[in-house]
Amino acid sequence: MARNTPARRSDPLVHVAVLMLVGLMLGPVLYIVVGGFRTNSQITIDPAGLPDPWEFGNYADVLTGGTFWRQVGNSTIAAAATTVGVVTLGVMASYVLARYRFRGRGAMYALFAAGLMFPVTVAITPLYLLVRNLGLANTLPGVILPQIAFGLPTTIIILVPFLRAIPKEIEEAAAIDRCGRLGFFWRMVLPLSVPGLITTGILAFIGSWNSYLLPLFILNDHDSFTLPLGVQAFASQYSVDTAKVLAFTSLSMIPALVFFSLFERRIVGGLTGAVKG
Amino acid sequence: MSSDFGGEATAVAEDVPAGRVPAGDVAEQPAPRPRRCGIGWAQRLEIALLSGPAILMFLGFVILPVLMAAYYGFYRWKGFGAPTDFVGLDNYLTILRDSSFHDALLHNGLIVVLSLVLQGPIALALALLLNRRMRGQSVIRVLIFVPYVIAEVIVGTAWSLLLQVEGAVNGVLEAIGLGGLTADWLADPKLAIWTLMLVLTWKYVGFAVILFLAGMQNIPEELSEAAAVDGASYWQTQRRITLPLLGPTVRIWAFLSIIGALQLFDLVYIIWGQYVASTAGTSTMATYLVTEGRNAGNYGYGNAVAVVLFLISMIIALVYQRFVLRRDTEGALTGGR
Repeated sequence: MARNTPARRSDPLVHVAVLMLVGLMLGPVLYIVVGGFRTNSQITIDPAGLPDPWEFGNYADVLTGGTFWRQVGNSTIAAAATTVGVVTLGVMASYVLARYRFRGRGAMYALFAAGLMFPVTVAITPLYLLVRNLGLANTLPGVILPQIAFGLPTTIIILVPFLRAIPKEIEEAAAIDRCGRLGFFWRMVLPLSVPGLITTGILAFIGSWNSYLLPLFILNDHDSFTLPLGVQAFASQYSVDTAKVLAFTSLSMIPALVFFSLFERRIVGGLTGAVKG
Repeated sequence: MSSDFGGEATAVAEDVPAGRVPAGDVAEQPAPRPRRCGIGWAQRLEIALLSGPAILMFLGFVILPVLMAAYYGFYRWKGFGAPTDFVGLDNYLTILRDSSFHDALLHNGLIVVLSLVLQGPIALALALLLNRRMRGQSVIRVLIFVPYVIAEVIVGTAWSLLLQVEGAVNGVLEAIGLGGLTADWLADPKLAIWTLMLVLTWKYVGFAVILFLAGMQNIPEELSEAAAVDGASYWQTQRRITLPLLGPTVRIWAFLSIIGALQLFDLVYIIWGQYVASTAGTSTMATYLVTEGRNAGNYGYGNAVAVVLFLISMIIALVYQRFVLRRDTEGALTGGR
């Protein structure tokens, strides 16, 4: 690993600064998690104190109620389907853009690249009407399909350079072995591009897991809510029960955090890859 | 297969191969054909099969809604039945006089500028700090990224609890003897935009730090070693070598930051809700278009606002690509590669 700074042994100031930084970044998160172990009266009397005694009822209530798990299920389905769709369609289109030469290829690339500039915000009301007319309002597919479409630009921007980097020699060797382009795609490109597929898949998964605006428009029925909508609904329903809201909120953080810590290297690598893109 | 360089890739807007599936073509692809001009039917079929689904999805769920937004923007329409009340540019003339929109636009402008001048230097300082060798470095890098990974809804819900008048932020201030600094962080119109900036910085600074650190990793170590041999101090090395070479990364971060700030919706809508945002001075173009288009039922007007937001973002993006990013990337928007 290339470091452009000379090693400096134990500079105490640096360590203090770093510790303060970590405290600032994690403080609010810890407040939510620890706050869930308090009672409302503890929170009212001393908003910044520690639990005394520790109260497990809030977490138990959330975990034993059906709402939280149903929303986790909905979010998982939406995020998994979005990921599969984005990666599948994305790698197919990227393969064409990376390794075929045809009229209109530049335009096609520009079309997808320009899609980076079309955030879902601008199109949200027509998108809602479109989904409603397709009979998909209030259903998870109504969220999944637009999410796949809006996830394609990032995926393609990341994957095209990746697929282009596969050496020509491999393709020529495959051709000599009477392996057509589709066969080459299936047998060589897909296995070789697994790291890129994982990176884009993770980005798509976290994007979908956290997404708010689209589900807010498409999903109205509490049974179809994904986790972000669920958190908001819970927070307004139990607005006087702060402790319970804190418990619900901190539990809903866990899946994304676990997922992130498992794939942290990939995410960071993917972001920098996208920037160098 | 380097067979197809003859088919010169000209960026012509037509010939998107989506619907062009030639009927009776054979799927079986014969082995290499040295083709120097044009492409064969088999290849066209492959192109259509592979890229067709993505193009159809993209046209259907991204391009079509954007075009529909532009279309509805010409109507006074409540979202029921077919839009019939064509008003031409009336909605846009209204936008010119709409003080609520002007407020939102002003807030967006402030958020763009403040994001750049607050997050940029903070992130640079943090990246320099974290680029030094220290114990637990990788753990710290992960921790700093945590706020970025947590969903906007959770961040918003948590911070609105922390920042309410009886909340933990005021509680901590009281506890450490700074009771005089307590405030109504969310509702005071003089403070609210700064509160928003605090939350935005907390949430997104980790992203900038990670980008900058990655950029620093790409700077060859030999350069700072050579500088050290020449007797340069730590700060001289950072100022003369690291920061200039980090230029492209910073410019791309700034681009993402500007676009993100223009489109800002989630956090404002979650913390301030649809009505409070305007009185607290944190409304944005995006929250305004949702408030008008969905909640007030003025679909036509909401879509006109969306078009204006789109045009503003597009113009800024193109200008930025043209004049700032020109040297860094082969402009993704202006001509592919």
